[in-house]
This record gives sequence, structure tokens and C-alpha cells, in this order.
Amino acid sequence: MGTAPASRDVTSYGMGLAAPLALFFLFFFVAPLLQLLWLSLHNDTAALHWGLGQYLHFLTDPFSLSVLGSTLLLGAEVTAVCLVLGFPIAWLYQRVGPRLQTIIILIVLLPLLTSVVVRTFAWIVILGRQGIINATLQSLGIIDTPLKLLYTQFGVVIALAQVQMPLMTLPLITALGRIDPNLDDASCSLGAGSWRTFVRIVLPLSLPGVIAGCTLTYAAAITAFITQSLIGGGQMLFMPMYLYQQASTLQNWPFASAISIIFLLAVLVVVSVFTTLGRLSRGYGGA
Amino acid sequence: MAGRKRTLEAFSFELVMTVVALIALIIIIAPSLVVLIVSFTSGFSLRFPPPGYSLRWYAELWDAWQLHFAAKNSLIVALWATGLSVVLGVAAALAISRSPTLSARLLDSLFMSPLVLPALAFGLAALMLFSLVGMQVSLLTLVIGHTVVCVPYVVRNTVAALAQLEPTLLESSAVLGASRLYTFRRIVLPLIRPGIIAGAFIAFMSSFDNVPVSLFLRDAATDMLPIRMWQDLEGKLDVTIAALSGVLIIATVALVAVMERVTGLSRRLTN
Repeated sequence: MGTAPASRDVTSYGMGLAAPLALFFLFFFVAPLLQLLWLSLHNDTAALHWGLGQYLHFLTDPFSLSVLGSTLLLGAEVTAVCLVLGFPIAWLYQRVGPRLQTIIILIVLLPLLTSVVVRTFAWIVILGRQGIINATLQSLGIIDTPLKLLYTQFGVVIALAQVQMPLMTLPLITALGRIDPNLDDASCSLGAGSWRTFVRIVLPLSLPGVIAGCTLTYAAAITAFITQSLIGGGQMLFMPMYLYQQASTLQNWPFASAISIIFLLAVLVVVSVFTTLGRLSRGYGGA
Repeated sequence: MAGRKRTLEAFSFELVMTVVALIALIIIIAPSLVVLIVSFTSGFSLRFPPPGYSLRWYAELWDAWQLHFAAKNSLIVALWATGLSVVLGVAAALAISRSPTLSARLLDSLFMSPLVLPALAFGLAALMLFSLVGMQVSLLTLVIGHTVVCVPYVVRNTVAALAQLEPTLLESSAVLGASRLYTFRRIVLPLIRPGIIAGAFIAFMSSFDNVPVSLFLRDAATDMLPIRMWQDLEGKLDVTIAALSGVLIIATVALVAVMERVTGLSRRLTN
């Protein structure tokens, strides 16, 4: 401890080690995004005339605005479903023994590491006209004709919720693990019931985890191109597919760039709102 | 009387939470099981339960050369992107992990930002940059694009492993006369290796499964597996894809089991 300068020397590494990755990001991450911004500020595909035409087009076009709106709404619905289903998993995790804990984590983790196309494909098998749900309901005589589940908002939300569930559950498990279990007992011994203890003690103290989970889930759900396009089908259009169509099929790169920038900004706004809430809640939780 | 009301109330809470948790766990695991079962069907459709069981679609998979080609490309890109991510990411993690300076925090945010930004927008941006500088799309451009979106996993896991490292160990090593390089090789690296391996594993899986970046940076000559599967599914519901999904699910389960042994993956992701 006496040799403070020397000890700092051996326990940390120079910032120079970050230079290769920083340069790599400068060339292949920052530069492309700047070029995207630059191109979006041009009115023509040859990028000769500067202007805000692409943005004006997007913001005055009811169709574009409805695509943006439905994408943001989809993210909110998926996040809500994930929170409602994910929280009890995290709660159960804290109640069971180490063996079951590992099993729960692996069940939660596996989908995260399984291919998204595979997971989405599974939902086609489940939700399709001949799928499990329709076959079961028909054999039970509850319905005569198959329900339309695929290519509906309900289908997209439930499939996306399953695909993104690990992103919500893992931070929740971490957050619930940090709560002092004595608080639970104290609340109960002071006369509060289990529901009240949950709402007044557990929920507020787990807010940092809730917010971290919501941020990750939301950001992932609105950009989930594969699940949105395969389960949503041709009639439902969300921002990622809209962007892809404009860029690839129509080759309208300036408009596609503007869509990208608007989409990026929308994600950034949502993430920073969540981050601010997270910072506030951490102050609250720590008090 | 009051006591009984309390236990009833507590019971109702536990019951609701447990039931919802079990339903959620079933929803998480069911789709993979369903695909696994359907992939062994003897019929031509994705009907569940299958009319009979056979390995015919797995045999069919043996001859699906388009899928083989795409799988080979995906594997090559994932291996290179993971290697590059480990070299660049571990070095960067060493630099920023214990540094409280503003530049270190800013770099940390920069390196993490591909995780939250829509990857599709980055894919388009990368395509435009490569075409501006006259670079044809190839396996190289795919490796570069994938590295950008995979390196955050390596950085995050390595930083987390370094945070667990006792600084006194490094001081002791230095006091005993070890050089910095020797200390790194014999003390630091062995202690953070599980973290690096866990990060590399997640980076590899996310590269192998990447769609948004590959979508823009590949062409017919550099077909990638998830894109190939997606396009096959858009066209028709092929049972061969179910067999391929079965292979991928089993491979993932096996890899996760190995990683759990080697790195304690589950503990790592909840701390």
C-alpha cells in the first residue's frame, strides 16, 4: 500500500490497448453511421442535393408514421408480456434449491442461444392452421374452423415474447438476488400480507432489474426482423422490414437511411428514458 | 381466525406466482421441443403430433447442398469474427476495466452500443460504406460486420472477469519480481480465461445466428445459414428445415452443457 504509484502501475493497463478496437470501431462502426446520416440528408438518390426531404417525406406520410407507431407499440406489448411472465420465474428462482436453480437458468438461457430462425419456425408449427393450438381446440370440439393465429398481432407478440424472454428474466434474477431476504420476513412479521409485501417491498427494490430487462427486451423486440416478418406475414409491416424493402427492393438508399436514423433515434429515446428511470430507481433502491 | 386469513393470503400469492412461473417456463421450452418432435415426422407436413416417426428428413438434409454451403459460410465467418472479437475485445477490456477516467467510460459505451442500436441500420450503413470505398461484399466484409456486433459480448464478459480479480495478486507478483508480461500470462490470463471463453462462446453463437448484418453484407456467393433458412421458410414450409432446426437445437444444448462445465455460464450471466 505504501508504494501507491507503483501499485497503480501493475494493477492497470495502459489505454493504448484499447486503441486497436477503438480504431476498428471508428472505421467500421462510427464511419458507416456517419455516412448513413450524411446520405439521409439528401433529397435525391444520387446524393447531389442537400435537404431534409427524406425526413419530411417520412414525417408527413401517414403510412410511414403508422409503421413507426405500430413498431413502438409492438415493443411495448412484448415488453409487458415478458415482464408479467418473467417476474414469477425470477421469483421462483430465489425460492428453490441450487439444483433447480441451475435447471431454471438453463431453460431460460437455451432459447437465447438457439437460432432465432429455429425459434420462430417453432411458432409457425404451433400457431399455423394445422398447428398444435388449432388441432387441440378442434379435437376438443371447441372450434369448428381453424383460428387465424399466424399473421396476427397476437401471434407476433407471443412469439416475440418467447424469443426475448431471457433478456428480461436474467436481469430480474440478478436484481431479486440482491434483495435482503430479511426485508421480506420483516414486512410479514409487521403484519403486511404476501401480496402487499410484494407490491411495496420486492417490486420497488427490484426496479433496477426491471428497467434493465425492459430496456433490453424493448430494443430487441422492435428490431427482431425475422420473427416480425415470418409470424407477421406480408400484411403487417414494421420498421425493420420497411427499412429493408426501401433499401434492397426499391434501392432508395437516402430514404432507407432516413428511416434508419429515425429508427435509431426512436430506440435511443426509449433507451435513455429507461436509463434515466434506472438511475432514479437505483437511488430509491439504495436508500 | 386472523392467522388463517394470513396463511390463505400467503398461499394465494405463492400459488399465483408459481403457476405463472411454470406456465412461462413451459412457453419458453415448448417451441424447441415441438420442433424437435416434428423433425422426426414420417409425413410431408408439419402436423403435430406427427402421423409416424422416421429419420427421412435428416437423410434428406444430407443431400441439401445449398444448406451445406450456407452452413459452411456461416461457420467460417463465425470463427473469424469470434477470433477477431477475442483479440480486439480482450485488449480493450484490459485497458478500460480498472480505469475510472472519462475516456475509458466513453469507450466502454461506444463498444457496448452495437447491443442496443438496431443492427439492421448498421447493416445498411456498413453496406453503403463498403460500396463507397469500392469493397465488394465477400466473406471479409461479413467478418468485419459480424465482429462489430459480436465484440461487445467479449468486452463485457472480460471486464466482468477482470473486476473479480484481486489487485493484490498483481502487486504480490510484481513485488516478487515477475515482469508484467509474466504476471499477465501466469496470473491474469488463467483467472480471466473462463470469462473470455464465455464471451467468445456468446459471440460465436450470435455471429452464427446473425441476420440483420448478413442480410445486407452477403450475396448469392456468400450465402449464410440463417438467411437461407429464412428465405426457405418464406417460400414454403419445408420439413427439411425442421430437421436442420433439430440439428441446431441438439448442437446448442450440447455446447451449452460443455460451456456450463467449463465456464459456469449460468452463474456468469446472473451476476
